[in-house]
Amino acid sequence: MTRVFLVDDHRLFLAGVRSELQGKVDLVGEASDVDTAVQQIRATKPEVVLLDVHMPGGGGKAIIEAVAETHPDVKFLALSVSDAAEDVIALIRAGARGYVTKTIDTEELVRAIERVNAGDAFFSPRLAGFVLDAFAGEIEVPADPEVDQLTVREKEVLRLIARGYTYKEVAKRLNISVKTVETHVSAVLRKLQLSNRHQLTQWASDRRLV
Amino acid sequence: MATTKTRDGWVHQITDRPLSSLRFARSQTDALISGVAGGLGELWGVDAVLVRIAFVLLAYCGAVGVIAYIVAWSLSLDPGDRRAPKARDPVMQQSIAFGLIVLGSVVVLRAIGLWLGDQFGIPLLIASAGAAVVNMGTRSGKRLRFARMSGKGGRPALGSLFIGGLLVVGGVSWFLTKTNGSFTGLVSVLLAVAVTTGGLAVVFGPWVFRMANQLTDERRNRIRSEERADLAAHLHDSVLQTLALIQRNAGSPRKMASLARRQERELRSWLYGHPSSDAARLDAAVHQMADSIEEAHDVTVETVIVGDCELDERTRAVVAACREAATNAAIHSGTNEVSVYIECERHLITAFVRDRGNGFDPSANANGRRGIVDSIKGRIERNGGTVMITSAHGEGCEVQLTMPR
Repeated sequence: MTRVFLVDDHRLFLAGVRSELQGKVDLVGEASDVDTAVQQIRATKPEVVLLDVHMPGGGGKAIIEAVAETHPDVKFLALSVSDAAEDVIALIRAGARGYVTKTIDTEELVRAIERVNAGDAFFSPRLAGFVLDAFAGEIEVPADPEVDQLTVREKEVLRLIARGYTYKEVAKRLNISVKTVETHVSAVLRKLQLSNRHQLTQWASDRRLV
Repeated sequence: MATTKTRDGWVHQITDRPLSSLRFARSQTDALISGVAGGLGELWGVDAVLVRIAFVLLAYCGAVGVIAYIVAWSLSLDPGDRRAPKARDPVMQQSIAFGLIVLGSVVVLRAIGLWLGDQFGIPLLIASAGAAVVNMGTRSGKRLRFARMSGKGGRPALGSLFIGGLLVVGGVSWFLTKTNGSFTGLVSVLLAVAVTTGGLAVVFGPWVFRMANQLTDERRNRIRSEERADLAAHLHDSVLQTLALIQRNAGSPRKMASLARRQERELRSWLYGHPSSDAARLDAAVHQMADSIEEAHDVTVETVIVGDCELDERTRAVVAACREAATNAAIHSGTNEVSVYIECERHLITAFVRDRGNGFDPSANANGRRGIVDSIKGRIERNGGTVMITSAHGEGCEVQLTMPR
């Protein structure tokens, strides 16, 4: 079972997620503020941290960065009630490997945790939509064509995810393997983290995140 | 600094001022002009009056006193950080001192010839004095409006307003009678109007300005407290009511979920508004559509929108067709989740409405389903778009709409 750590500043919600995931993953600990979270994550060494996007004082990003310094192999999955693209994109750019909304059902959440633990990315339909938006349109001179543009195939995969397809359904639809879908999504995640495209940096600088 | 005196007072004073004997604080309690003399007196341990006399005497020796005063003032420290209580209200004395200084300067200027001539100068001086009196009176009567409303304290302000106004009017009329001989007809009338207007502006300008500031402050506070009351009322009407309903419906999880979802949506749109709350844009229209379906049919409508554009006839048709497709899915599919995806590109809008429910055979049901025929196909094709329905029994249904822009 995947060793999972929960970080959320709403205790009620922590309790809800805990009872939901009980028996399906190995819950090693939980925290509801930045300092405790960093300290406990370092101590318990989980595989995946489920992290609320809206920790007070932009704390989610701080946690990811502090943990990455000492334990770069801990993976983060962002969890939020928010629809705000800039918040989510900021966490992904800080190093989270996926994003799910809090209304996600248990099965899907467990699958997302496993996928992130395997080193892949997990995109909810909403995140896929944000990414398509961020990479929309042609840019005249990409500073770095490797990361500033999505390939046609990557766009196809993202569109299907945004339409509500699971990875398996995407694979079936495009006649490729689930593994290939995962590879495409991971490539998109990498571009999202590395690209300095106008829209991405705009979001970040608008909120003074960079 | 290297004083060896051992008397308590000295040691105390030295440790109190470790920096430099040149720096001293202007006195706040003993001040006629700015407190320099008071500060020096305190520093040297002599009466401030002696210091003042020295300054005045020096002033007659080629203005040395004036220069010395300015130098001392620039070396001195601001008294603000010393928390000495004010012994008396210095306003009156300070004003008199200031007035005498101005008067002295005027006399000096007149003597050396830098003067407009008595004809202009003296009336101007009287009018300025009047303006100063009005200004001072209204300032010392802070919160004038409240003072007057509560029936106390407003009088000094009114008194100085009256005296100052009298001085200004006197000065202006003196000016007019003096100059009447040299100006004639229209010019003198215009001049009289201009001078009177100018005088009134000088007299009442600062007072009106302060009054307006007070009004703005007051209005801001009122708006703030009204907002707080609105917030409380809104939370009471919405969230508390819903929480009560949820408690009453604790036996029915489906009803509870639907109540919670509706409240969440309402609170969210009240707090943040939609990303583009402008109703004339696609994004807002789609969210509104999804909300109304969620509310009417107890389903979750997951909407993802890429890009945004103005609503026109074609985009409206797309939204309406999506609404129909999502409603069909909500009613017939048997699941409680519907996905809506809309992408708005420069020349094309693509929309997908998808569910993972029962599905149906699209070819067999073409005539039986008025919704699909009229509301979806008819609407889209009339506007030049295309509709594709992919479904099979047990495999859910996906409606794809494309519409050129």
